[in-house]
Amino acid sequence: MSKEIVKVEQVSLKYQSLNGEIEAVAGVTFSVDKGEFVSLVGPSGCGKSTLLSIISGLLKPTGGRVLIEGEEVTGASEKVGYMLQKDYLFDWRTIYQNVILGLEIRKKLTPENKEYALELLKTYGLYDFKDKYPSQLSGGMRQRAALIRTLAVKPEILLLDEAFSALDYQTRLAVTEDIYSIIKSEGKTAIMVTHDISESISMSDRVIVLSRRPAVVTSIHAIHFDCPVRTPLKCREAPNFREYFNTLWKELDVHV
Amino acid sequence: MSRDVESLSPERRIYLRKVKIKKIATWIIRTLILVSLFALWEIAANLKLIDPFITSQPSRMVKTLLNLYHQGDLFRHIGVTCLETVAGFVIGTLLGTLIAIILWWSEFTAHVLEPYLVILNSLPKVALGPIFIIWIGAGPAAIITMALAISLIVTILEVLNGFIQTDEEKIKLVQTFGANRLQVFLKVVLPSNIPAMINALKVNVGLSWVGVITGEFLVSKAGLGYLIVYGGQVFQLDLVMTSVIILAVAAALMYQGVVLLQKKLTGQKVTQKH
Repeated sequence: MSKEIVKVEQVSLKYQSLNGEIEAVAGVTFSVDKGEFVSLVGPSGCGKSTLLSIISGLLKPTGGRVLIEGEEVTGASEKVGYMLQKDYLFDWRTIYQNVILGLEIRKKLTPENKEYALELLKTYGLYDFKDKYPSQLSGGMRQRAALIRTLAVKPEILLLDEAFSALDYQTRLAVTEDIYSIIKSEGKTAIMVTHDISESISMSDRVIVLSRRPAVVTSIHAIHFDCPVRTPLKCREAPNFREYFNTLWKELDVHV
Repeated sequence: MSRDVESLSPERRIYLRKVKIKKIATWIIRTLILVSLFALWEIAANLKLIDPFITSQPSRMVKTLLNLYHQGDLFRHIGVTCLETVAGFVIGTLLGTLIAIILWWSEFTAHVLEPYLVILNSLPKVALGPIFIIWIGAGPAAIITMALAISLIVTILEVLNGFIQTDEEKIKLVQTFGANRLQVFLKVVLPSNIPAMINALKVNVGLSWVGVITGEFLVSKAGLGYLIVYGGQVFQLDLVMTSVIILAVAAALMYQGVVLLQKKLTGQKVTQKH
C-alpha cells in the first residue's frame, strides 16, 4: 500500500498581472501513496486550489514539477479525476449524458466504457434516474452523479476541490459519508482541498497544513482512529478527534 | 397536477377559478380596447370630428385592403417585405453568430476589433443607406444589406457577451477531462448559450423589420415600406394606415414564430421537470 503515486516536488507558481506579481505557491513538496486519502488545509486564499490545478495539469507550475506514477505532468492528466466546488452537472444533459461527458471528450465512448458508466450508476443507486435531468435530483444525488462522472473515466487519483462547500451542513455530512465510502470501495487515491478542519480530519489518512500565501507546507499530520470500520461520521465521535482538531486549529493560527 | 378535480381542496378550487377568471378578463379587456379604438376612430371620422383625409378611417382602410387584394398587389407587397426581412434576419443571425464565435475563439482579435465594434454599434446605420444603394444597386439586395447592417453588430455583441460570460468553472470541468478549445465550445459554451442566442433572435426580428422598412423607404418598387412612402407622397393616408396595420400583424406573427422556436428548443426540459 505504500507505493508512491503522486510526487509534488518543490512546486511554485507566480501569477502575473499588470498590477504585479503574486506568488501563490512557493516550493511545496509532498507525496501521496496509492489508496491514501490526503487533505490539504490552509487559510482561505492560500493557494490550495492552485496547487490542485497544478497537480491535475490544468496549470503549469513556474517552478518544480509534479510526478504521477513516475511521469511528469505536462497537460490535463488522464490519471486524474477532478471534483469541483459544485457538481456542475449540465442542465441540458440527462444524468447519463452528464456521466459520459468525460468519455465523450476523451473520445473513449466504447461499449465497454458505456457499460462501466451504467454499472457505476447501478451500483450507486442512480440507474433509475439516468434519463432525468439534474434539476430533478436532490443535492446529494447530484453530487453523487458528479462523482460518477469523474469515476467513469477511470482515474487513478481523485482531486476534490472544496467539493462539498456548496452544500448545507446536514447534506454535507451525509454527502461526505457517501462520497467517502464510494472512493474507498473503488480503491482510489484522493487529494482533498478544504478549509474545514473537521472535514479534513474525519476523512483523511494524512492532513497537510499549508501556510498563508505564498503557500509552503507547514506540517504533515498522520491521522489514526481506532474505529473498526472507518467512516467520516464515526471518526467525528472518536475520542482523539478533538485532539487532532485542536492541534490543527493552533497550527492554522486563525486570526479574524 | 395529476390529481382529479374532485380531489382538490375547496381553497385550491377557488384559487384556480380566480386564476381562470383573471385570464379570461384580461383577454376580454384587451379585445375591447382594440375594438373600441377602431370604433371610436370610425365614429369620429363619420361625425367629421376628425378629418378622414388626414387620419383615414377603418372602413376606408378595409376598402383599400380589398382594392389592393383585387389588383393582386396585396400579397406581392407583403411577400416582398417578409422575404427581405426573413433574409436579413437569417443572414444576420447566422453571420453574427459566426463572427461572435471567431471573436470568442481569438481573444486577441476581439480585443483589436473592440473599438470598431463600438463605433459601428453607435453609428446610425441609416446613414449607410445611400452607400449601399450605390454599391449594391437599387433593389432587394440593398434593402437586405440595410437590414443586415442594423441587426448584425447587435447580434455579434449580444452573442459574444453570452459566450464570454459562460461559467468559468463549467469550462474548467471539461478542461479537467482534457477538452480542447473546440470541445469547450461545443460541449459547454454553445449549449449553455442557447437561451442567450434565442434572445438575440428576438431582438433581431425587430431590428430586421426596422432595417427592411428603412431600406424600402430609401429605394424600392414594392413592399410595405414602399406602400407607406408612396401613400405619403400622394397623400393617401388610407394606404399608409392600411400598410402600417399589415406591417404590425406581420411583425407580430414573425415574433411569435421565434417564441415558438424558443419553446421547441428549450421546452423539452421544462415539460420533463414535472
